[in-house]
Amino acid sequence: MSPRRDPGVLIAVEGLDGSGKSTQIHLLHEWLYGLRLRVHFTEWNSSSLVRNATRRGKKKQLLTPTTFSLIHATDFADRYERQILPMLRGGYIVLCDRYVFTSYVRDVVRGCDPDWVRRLYGFARMPDFTLYFRLPLETALGRILEGRPRLKYFEAGMDLGLSNDITESFRLFQGRIMEQYDLLANEFSFAVIDATRNVVEQQQQVRRIISEGVDLSHYRTRVPR
Amino acid sequence: MTRVKRCFGSPPPGLDLGRLIGALIVIEGPDSSGRSTHIGLLAEWLEQNGYPVVQIGLKRSKLVGAELETAKQGNVLSPRTMSLFYATDFYDQLENNMVPALRAGSVVLADRYIFTPMARDIVRGADADWLASLYSKALVPDAVFCLQVSDRTLVDRTLASHDGLDYWEAGMDLGLERDWFGSFIKYQRRVRAEFRKLQKRYDFAPINANRSIATIQTELKDRVRRVLLANYPGRDIS
Repeated sequence: MSPRRDPGVLIAVEGLDGSGKSTQIHLLHEWLYGLRLRVHFTEWNSSSLVRNATRRGKKKQLLTPTTFSLIHATDFADRYERQILPMLRGGYIVLCDRYVFTSYVRDVVRGCDPDWVRRLYGFARMPDFTLYFRLPLETALGRILEGRPRLKYFEAGMDLGLSNDITESFRLFQGRIMEQYDLLANEFSFAVIDATRNVVEQQQQVRRIISEGVDLSHYRTRVPR
Repeated sequence: MTRVKRCFGSPPPGLDLGRLIGALIVIEGPDSSGRSTHIGLLAEWLEQNGYPVVQIGLKRSKLVGAELETAKQGNVLSPRTMSLFYATDFYDQLENNMVPALRAGSVVLADRYIFTPMARDIVRGADADWLASLYSKALVPDAVFCLQVSDRTLVDRTLASHDGLDYWEAGMDLGLERDWFGSFIKYQRRVRAEFRKLQKRYDFAPINANRSIATIQTELKDRVRRVLLANYPGRDIS
């Protein structure tokens, strides 16, 4: 990743499926918006043109580890160059539900060369805050498996051939994802949030981290709303 | 023993290079340089001699071929996004078309490979090392033939075979000149200059494509024959 060269603030959330990170970043967004700040939210895998290809690739199981990695990088580059970077240059606080770490983790678990993946995302700027919502594997699995029992092929890591049973494959896959996240948490000094705690307490902690690390008064919007 | 294939860097996960027994032959060159004509003729000749042929080319992947075509219609994606989209298209064909064909012992004829996207991207400001890493999992071809034509020939052929100049082939997105013809000439020169650099880095054979189809085809067949002798020992073709 490349260093910061803009006046914006980049905040990323990462964590396993079921860690509650999307809820937390949504609440963070509401708070910053309510403070009348310049804030923008973007999520993984949402650029319209690329998403169609990704959806088809997933549905028809056309993806290999390499093309899985590249199609997500394509989506990311589109959002990065069109939204994230211009917003940061314009002095916005940009909130990212998943950032390049999601690819670092998933692609490496799928067998891609870690150096190759990191060079692929070499253009992306390092976040100012990466909030890692960490919880025990069994808790994360429990939340997903009880709430939404129909797992998708790639989501369960079925392409890795870990198990023919989709639930078992999901367990093993998520376990490997978590190992990789823990390694990155150390390497990139993530702010680790205990995602087993009450959601309201977690949000208080998130807001404390941001308000202690950023002078929010610099980010007031001039646009009336 | 056939020649063992290799990738420019480490291979993509799951690729067993030892099982690739066919030959990978790449034809590069600008639009209207005669690439598809020569590939068509080579394919016919090879199949008549008993070598199965599989053809690949840019924007032909099942995965993103259609989206890439759409993206070209409106100028909606940034250059880096286009680079990555083309790379996705390339690797999809590498893993799903090229590799199975080479495993089965076919000759793969590639109507352009990684070099055209690389040259185009560098002209649009991409970092050459970033691109080299992006494409480092590509197979090293058994031969790359680069059809080279003069400005004059290129202009004549382009105008004779199309109603007008293509927006992208004229480099209009770069804002070099308002005049399409002027932009086309400038853009093609820039691409050619990048190709010359890539030629040194990746070692391809320049083919003088200002000559007649028959003369060029004779030279190509002669060179392809030599490649095949190295890949399919003990067999020769006429």
